[in-house]
Amino acid sequence: MASIDITDQNFEAQVLGNKLPVLVDFWAEWCGPCKMAAPVLEDLSEVYKDKVLIVKLNVDQNQVNPQKYGIMSIPTTVLFKDGKEIGRQVGFSGKEAFEELIKKGVTS
Amino acid sequence: MDQQVFATKPSSPKEPWDVAIIGSGPAGLTAAIYTTRGAASTLILGGEVWGGQLMLTTTVDNFPGFSEGIEGPVLMEKMRSQAERFGAEFINANVDAIDITKRPFEIKSRDKTFLAKSIIIATGARTLWLDAPGIKELIGKGISSCAPCDAPFFRDKKVAVVGGGDSAMEEALVLTKYASEITIIHRRNEFKASMAMQEKVKKNPKIKIIWNTEVFKANGESKLESVDLKNNTDGTISNLEIDGLFVAIGHSPATEIFKGQIELDERGFVKNEGTKTNVPGIFVSGDVHDHIYEQAVTAAAFGCMAGMDVLDYLAESGSREK
Repeated sequence: MASIDITDQNFEAQVLGNKLPVLVDFWAEWCGPCKMAAPVLEDLSEVYKDKVLIVKLNVDQNQVNPQKYGIMSIPTTVLFKDGKEIGRQVGFSGKEAFEELIKKGVTS
Repeated sequence: MDQQVFATKPSSPKEPWDVAIIGSGPAGLTAAIYTTRGAASTLILGGEVWGGQLMLTTTVDNFPGFSEGIEGPVLMEKMRSQAERFGAEFINANVDAIDITKRPFEIKSRDKTFLAKSIIIATGARTLWLDAPGIKELIGKGISSCAPCDAPFFRDKKVAVVGGGDSAMEEALVLTKYASEITIIHRRNEFKASMAMQEKVKKNPKIKIIWNTEVFKANGESKLESVDLKNNTDGTISNLEIDGLFVAIGHSPATEIFKGQIELDERGFVKNEGTKTNVPGIFVSGDVHDHIYEQAVTAAAFGCMAGMDVLDYLAESGSREK
């Protein structure tokens, strides 16, 4: 399952109301590290399918939720479980850091 | 794109690559273009965070051939596909250690070991953060080193840039598109940046410059609120209220994994004679040894030289024909 695009409009339904933990990748076209992160998250969405949903929110087209969650740097990935933030990672520093974050959602 | 491959890759992990390149900025990728075209089997250990410093830029206006400028990340993607077109194997993995006592050399990356008859070190340099209280804690909460990534979050806000080189100028200029006011804080009374960049900055009405001043503390709980400044000529202390701080004070060479094996200078740069290190068969190129020019085009040029020297080395050491 490839990671899916979400918007401010369906954020609540897709992220906050989801039964699965959801990892949201806040990204934009203009950001180099976001481009590096994208294929890594794509791979991880395969590895953790049925356990964690990985979605991406374009901060250029959607500004409500980035502001609500205090996103001031991209990429920032935020993990939600039962509608609440349970962890975040600022910047792209490789696959391992993402996996560590994802595992918080799987085990807790 | 038509692939043109001139070398056969090792058929098993027990066979060595002709050359392993560590790093994937302009130096490493240019080296790969030359070694692959010289028919040396080429492995690029590009790092998980690949592409080097240009991945954190917007328009690059000083790379020859791109008369209208080119986006840094786009340029790196092009360099990568150019190297791959000639058969370079690109792996997005970090190198944990190298063993130079073995022949072929051993390169460890997580649970894998790669063998190589020669190595090009092109690990470049990474962003230096200010060493002041509050800085580390507020990264991602108003403190950033990538204006192209983060400038849009500071629409109509006040921000500051620390530094005096080309990168500091670029950060400030990118920020003018969004922020209401940009202050450049510099510890000297003149910039090191190119005149072209300085002119653009000084002409921009949104940009203010504070000379001879250093940031000694960043304040804020959940997000950056202000920085404390000290004038280093008269000792005056002041406070600047800002929402964003962009740090562009320079880079330090990424050489931790080579300590004790490759000769480094006191600042951690690889010591070199041309592209040679102190270990025969191990070469160096780019910002990991060059602290003078530090340009995309000079890194690429050093990469070209290292690539050509590797081809000579392989021929002379008899491991392949010239």
